Amino acid sequence: MRLKGEVTFLRSKWCWKTKNIIREDNLPNNTQLTIYEAHQQLKQKKISSVELTQSYLQRIQHVDSRVKALVSVTADQAIIQAQIADKMIAAGECTPLTGIPAIIKDNMCTRGIKTTCSSKMLEHFVPPYNATVIEKLNKAGMVMVGKANMDEFAMGSSTENSAFFTTRNPWDLKRVPGGSSGGSAASVAAGEAIYSLGSDTGGSIRQPAGFCSVTGLKPTYGRVSRYGLVAFASSLDQIGPLTQDVRDCALVMNCISGHDPSDSTSAPQKVPDYSKSLIPDVKGLRVGIPKEYFVEGMQPEVKAAIENAINKMIELGAVVDWNVSLPSTPYALAVYYIIAPSEASANLARYDGVKYGFSYQEGANMWDNMEKTRQFGFGAEVKRRIMLGTYALSSGYYDAYYLKAQKVRTLIRREFEKAFTKYDVLITPTSPTVPFKIGEKTSDPVQMYLSDICTLPINIAGIPAISIPAGFAGGLPVGMQIIGKPFSEEMLFRTAFTYQQATNWHLNKPVV
Amino acid sequence: MKLRLEEVLHIAALARLGVTDKDVEIFQEQLSNILDNFVVLNKLDTSTVPPTAQSIEIQNVTMADEIKLSLSQEDVLANAPQRGGDFFKVKVVLED
Repeated sequence: MRLKGEVTFLRSKWCWKTKNIIREDNLPNNTQLTIYEAHQQLKQKKISSVELTQSYLQRIQHVDSRVKALVSVTADQAIIQAQIADKMIAAGECTPLTGIPAIIKDNMCTRGIKTTCSSKMLEHFVPPYNATVIEKLNKAGMVMVGKANMDEFAMGSSTENSAFFTTRNPWDLKRVPGGSSGGSAASVAAGEAIYSLGSDTGGSIRQPAGFCSVTGLKPTYGRVSRYGLVAFASSLDQIGPLTQDVRDCALVMNCISGHDPSDSTSAPQKVPDYSKSLIPDVKGLRVGIPKEYFVEGMQPEVKAAIENAINKMIELGAVVDWNVSLPSTPYALAVYYIIAPSEASANLARYDGVKYGFSYQEGANMWDNMEKTRQFGFGAEVKRRIMLGTYALSSGYYDAYYLKAQKVRTLIRREFEKAFTKYDVLITPTSPTVPFKIGEKTSDPVQMYLSDICTLPINIAGIPAISIPAGFAGGLPVGMQIIGKPFSEEMLFRTAFTYQQATNWHLNKPVV
Repeated sequence: MKLRLEEVLHIAALARLGVTDKDVEIFQEQLSNILDNFVVLNKLDTSTVPPTAQSIEIQNVTMADEIKLSLSQEDVLANAPQRGGDFFKVKVVLED
């Protein structure tokens, strides 16, 4: 059942503030637990993982025909995993993620389970191995209930580039959930799983987290292994959690972080216990507000919501400097759209129709087959980026585009480094607008690219940033981005946790 | 700057991407628009700035030379669109 506009928003708010009341949409009432809460119930044997998993599978059945967050539902496998988890719990081996239903973005390899990247190219691809994050989660007793829709090969900001279907924003089904991890964000917002994993190359975790009012972290580059993540832009890609609150985010990071010999860009730094950083105190925290992130064309309601959130931080004891400048910020868009497509054009050269994936067989010769495999297997945005990257790397243009972009990348990094000598964190909006309507930006790639304007620079610099719910504008979610220096995830968690302890935005859930 | 038609065709050939006449027209328009947005970078003097290829400090990562289990031949060939015995099958590469 769905009501319109503001009424929906208010009623859902009521429903969720009074926990343990059956949701408006008449769904199992244990599909509104956080990881932390579900873990307590599992540990105290108040509920079994099989029961919990069945509730979520039921919820998926109820809502996913409208939200369309999932490319595949892995029900049978999930029940088996839940049985394993229940045995672990009975044996006293219950970790915080044991028996907890999760959804994984469909660009992380899952052995024996289709991994499509929402592309015709990989529509029937069944990986022969698990990504490192999947291995880690399996070891912890994860229950994977499904794989999430995304923009094809993670290229996009709305899931409209999925070769299969567009995911809907649970807050307004006529609007996009953001992208590319749109299915991951929408599924958590709609209660189809307790948490999900996404990947972020230019904002692909944070922008959909902001659009769907969930918590999403892009960790420091190298913090989480990329082994088994289908490569888009290798120097920018990073896996991270999408959760209902900051505490859960820390719990997932505890499991998936760490050095991996299978990923040579994986960081050797020791992983702290992130749950220890959940301290509700920001007194004296030095916060910078970079003015370049309040871009022209930003919706005034978004600006107002973020200013309110910043004022809240001041109230909580943070020391805020409203006048920080990162002058190279306006160049980030160009840098990103040279570097990311260049790396993509190289990474996607592997799709030749020979070893796996879609394969055109009717051509005149081998080269003809290969060209037509790529012509019919890739969608429009992927082709556009392959073309762009190939051009930027081609003889005669390399210096003007790719090398130039790499040099400006250095300038952007240095500005962040300098800023972090004065500030502990920087705060910005996650996106300049609230979720836009499906179809609104599909005809103009440059307009679509602009929706990631506040998140791209963070990937370019390789630093961590978290997006948390910071209010609503006209009933639609607004996300706040908190940025830190490399390996400062603890600082981000502490800041975001303090804000969530003092506000209720993250407790609001949509009625789907 | 507008890309020439031949340039678009040249890039498509480099990328081994089959294109229709209509694709070429669309790419010419869209890529030219996107490239126009890159001109802003020329405003910055980067003559003394070193390039950043990746954002982390570590370099020259090596792996111990150990024998480890790898995927089985069956696993590796399981997704092959065309298989001939224990090999991936393709059309003739070198013709007479």
